[in-house]
Amino acid sequence: MIETLRIAGSALWAHKFRAFLTTLGIAIGIFTIGVVMAIIEGLNTSFADQISHLGSDVLYVDKRAWFQGRDAWINARQRKNIGLDAVEYISARAQYVSHVSPRIFQRGQLKFREKSLDGIALMGVHADMAIIQGQEVVEGRFLSSLDTDHRRPVTVIGEAVRESLFEGQDAVGKRLTINGRKFLVIGVLEKQGTMLGRNLDNVAYVPAETFLKMFGRRWRNITIAVKASSPELVNDAKDELEGIMRRYRKLRPGQENDFAINQQSSLQEFYDKATGMLWMVAIGIGSISLIVGGVGVMNIMLVTVTERTFEIGIRKSLGARRSAILWQFLVESMVVSALGVLVGFVAASGTAIFIQNNTPLAARIPPTWLGLGIGVVVIVGLIFGLWPATKAARLDPIEALRYE
Amino acid sequence: MSAGQPASAGNGQDPIIILTGVTKVYDMGKEQIHALRGIDLKISANEYISIMGPSGSGKSTLMNVIGCLDTPTAGRYEFEGELVCDVDGDKITRMDDDDLAGIRNRKIGFVFQTFNLLARTSALRNVELPLVYAGVSRKERSVRAREALEIVGLADRADHAPSELSGGQRQRVAIARALVTKPSIILADEPTGNLDSTTSREIMSFMDELHSQGNTIILVTHEADIAKHAHRVIHILDGQVASDERGAAAA
Repeated sequence: MIETLRIAGSALWAHKFRAFLTTLGIAIGIFTIGVVMAIIEGLNTSFADQISHLGSDVLYVDKRAWFQGRDAWINARQRKNIGLDAVEYISARAQYVSHVSPRIFQRGQLKFREKSLDGIALMGVHADMAIIQGQEVVEGRFLSSLDTDHRRPVTVIGEAVRESLFEGQDAVGKRLTINGRKFLVIGVLEKQGTMLGRNLDNVAYVPAETFLKMFGRRWRNITIAVKASSPELVNDAKDELEGIMRRYRKLRPGQENDFAINQQSSLQEFYDKATGMLWMVAIGIGSISLIVGGVGVMNIMLVTVTERTFEIGIRKSLGARRSAILWQFLVESMVVSALGVLVGFVAASGTAIFIQNNTPLAARIPPTWLGLGIGVVVIVGLIFGLWPATKAARLDPIEALRYE
Repeated sequence: MSAGQPASAGNGQDPIIILTGVTKVYDMGKEQIHALRGIDLKISANEYISIMGPSGSGKSTLMNVIGCLDTPTAGRYEFEGELVCDVDGDKITRMDDDDLAGIRNRKIGFVFQTFNLLARTSALRNVELPLVYAGVSRKERSVRAREALEIVGLADRADHAPSELSGGQRQRVAIARALVTKPSIILADEPTGNLDSTTSREIMSFMDELHSQGNTIILVTHEADIAKHAHRVIHILDGQVASDERGAAAA
């Protein structure tokens, strides 16, 4: 085997430029696949990072499911809204649940003196929300049950709001207005970053009860965020929650649920479906370029075999068996492919790092892909080298020796 | 000179090559070409034979058959008790490509008119090549190839490529390559055909020396003064043995 590699190496070295050009075909194929997959992989990683804000052990009880067809969505619109009383109803009954909080959402305007901010996410929540979402307060404190019970006009703002309105000064203790109503800032949240392109720090949390009182309760649908007692109990909590909600909604057996229990994984599923298409396209493009590269390898190997007919004749006259000749050329085509994969892999890794550092896109090439690449070498080298190598192995020694 | 010793020491009564009624017909579509028409031949160990004949006589075909590069279409060929080929009507026994390759590798040392060395490959590597296909370990290969190069007096040129050697030196490398497996026969096809007369004499005296060391040598040639070196001269004409003479030639 080492001997065969040596022969292949010196044969390729004898035609360095040709070997390089052949290698290039494979390298470009691997490079294309590598970069596209790196970007997809990078997207996956950052997506997983981002939706981890939702928490894998958190369930969201809502009127409708996050992802569903258009008809189902229209149908769900006709469902009854979920009211704030459901929060109490759930926490009184659920066994597998540690924290429950409503989540009422609307966009609004914040004002502090002459500065104003539009499109801020206003969140009506309970004290549990900080734990459910794993949020830390960097200044002041989060909402307490006293705040919610007494419908206090207090708010906890996001980092971005503090930056924009207070420009790095102390925010706690200041009064601002939300949609024209006066609120006291009692805390500032730790920076969250972005999720799916949205700045999570452009946010103001207020007690849910205050929210309804100040901004109206009519037509108001709320979501209830529920944290399972432990990550392993998510599914038990989900089953239990379904039962509780059916009782809350007074559904008869056999009647369809008129609510949905969403979780992080349903977002992940939706995403996977979307990127699955992207993968297929990438694999399609990659396969085509690899086939083109492979045909290049085959072409060169056929030329090589013809050129070296006399050499094959010599080797055969000296007692080389068919398999020895076959392997000599197969190894040669595999070495060419391997060099291509290596060059393509290095180039793709470099590009991925460049993309990662210089563009907002994330790109990542897991080292395990090199193993995948080596698999590709074996397949490409074997498939496209097989015919030329077989041709070489079958040459008649007498005719081969006459050839020059 | 251990590399020069034949694999089996035989005597006149113990032939290593037996050809019986060997026929070779080339099917060229419409017409058939009878290259060999029933050759009967026995060759014993340590014989020094030359096969002569004009071009088209079938001597090259006979050499290819003896060298296991080709198989007859009819007749029987035995090599040291191994049946290479036996075609008797519809009953055909014939070694396959790989078995033939094995015989060539272990038992036959070829010396060609055109030297047939691998270009861009050192003399040492060229001489090692048959041992590569015999599955000899790298270390042993190198030792044996150096020994063989020493026999032909080219130990100091081991690292030279064929293009850096003269014609006579190239043929000596080829002879070293033929010797390195300690074959049963050395089959030389017009070994001096591409050499000037001085170098030819040098190569032929070297062949004589190899014979005197116990090697079996078969020379294929059309030059009478080259054939004279052999102790037995076989003339081939129209695919048949025209004459088979033993004589006291120069040794």
